[in-house]
Amino acid sequence: MDAAWVALSLSLKVAGWATAINLLLGVGVGYALARWRFPGRDLVDAVLTLPMVMPPTVLGYYLLVVIGSQGVVGAWLLEQFGIRLIFTWQAAVIAATIVSFPLVFKAARAAFETVDPQLEDAARTLGIRELAVFFRVSLPLAWRGILAGLLLAFARALGEFGATLMVAGSIAGKTQTLSIAVFEAVQAGQDDTANFLVAITSITCIAVLLSAGRLLPGRVLSRG
Amino acid sequence: MTFHPARFFVVLMAFFIALAARAADLTVSAAASLTNALRDIAPLFEAAHPGTKVQLNFGASGALLQQIAKGAPADVFASADQETMNQAQALSLIKTEQRRNFVSNTLVVIVPRSTNKVPITLTDLSQPTYTRIAIGLPASVPVGRYTKGVLEAAKLWGVVEPKMVGANNVRQALDYVARTEVDAAFVYATDAALMANKVKVAFNVPTAQPILYPVAPLTGAPNADAAGKFVDFLFTPSAIAVLSKHGFGMP
Repeated sequence: MDAAWVALSLSLKVAGWATAINLLLGVGVGYALARWRFPGRDLVDAVLTLPMVMPPTVLGYYLLVVIGSQGVVGAWLLEQFGIRLIFTWQAAVIAATIVSFPLVFKAARAAFETVDPQLEDAARTLGIRELAVFFRVSLPLAWRGILAGLLLAFARALGEFGATLMVAGSIAGKTQTLSIAVFEAVQAGQDDTANFLVAITSITCIAVLLSAGRLLPGRVLSRG
Repeated sequence: MTFHPARFFVVLMAFFIALAARAADLTVSAAASLTNALRDIAPLFEAAHPGTKVQLNFGASGALLQQIAKGAPADVFASADQETMNQAQALSLIKTEQRRNFVSNTLVVIVPRSTNKVPITLTDLSQPTYTRIAIGLPASVPVGRYTKGVLEAAKLWGVVEPKMVGANNVRQALDYVARTEVDAAFVYATDAALMANKVKVAFNVPTAQPILYPVAPLTGAPNADAAGKFVDFLFTPSAIAVLSKHGFGMP
């Protein structure tokens, strides 16, 4: 069962990185979409939401075409730095980041939209710099909503399968995440391994969702 | 007439299940390497047996066996190796007396067409210039099992395994080479021929046992009659012509 723990720690590593990257990207994009009005804002929102509704295989294919060694970015990386992304855990992180990104920026946008702009203006009249307004007023007020989005994104990243299998392959101990290990155990008829892996996955996901539920803003407010 | 949600739901479910039950006249679960050949054979069989619709289901032989063992309603099983079919036989999933070998194949090492790193022997693959080698997962993919057997016999499995990128079926290994994501892969000669514009055969790999594909009707076949006919059909001149055209040998 050692292999199962390796797969679990790899899944946690991939999901952790993806969530950390999405904390920066998702909050930034969510804030921009909530506060700035510009032509095509709805279109940008729709395009950024695509990874959530598109089949993971489509996403995996796009990624192969872009970061594969014959792809636009992939070929450049290979030529300049000798880096091959496909079949690395970093490729799994890229796939997980993209599929879970909409969950973060959607939650962040909604959370920032509930922040009363008058509070931000009040801070400005007191002479606080723009950056400080964001970090000391907007972000703390929106934080719970963002955190709930981050936890959902973490759970989604943990369960990512299709795109990951296409770009990171299935190398035991290197890119074989929990969900891929389950798939392989079932294909090979190793039901004991599959049962064990499925149990770990379920428990981990329930734990994440329970924490997400506790952090939902509505619940927190209603408790006073 | 008033609307009863519960009644509506029952009718909807009954309709849904009835739709599933009338599906597929004949379901053939076959090894991934047979994909193109069987896609050509299916219409010939349908023409010879009007009213029968053939549904093809491709995957790694081991994965197909697991589906069948868990109750997938397949009629015919064609595997890329004897071992998977033996497992099916041990589980009483196939009609043993109708099991026959219908094609043979060759194991080859392929490399991307554009590369100048071309191994000549198995030992060459242990060199550091070959960093990633796609191999079918030995637990469920026959081509991986053949490969592992050959490499173990040559005492090279220990050095090659760390370079292994597992493929879930032989066609995935082929695709990895075509996209130049790996330096080499073990596939069948018939697969390599499909992508001759993107991959080239470095050398043929002799296997201890010949690579023979067995086929058999399944004991749980929903359409046992058509299942037997389909297996017989694979031995007719028109089917053999298609299989030969795709590069398969006859046992």
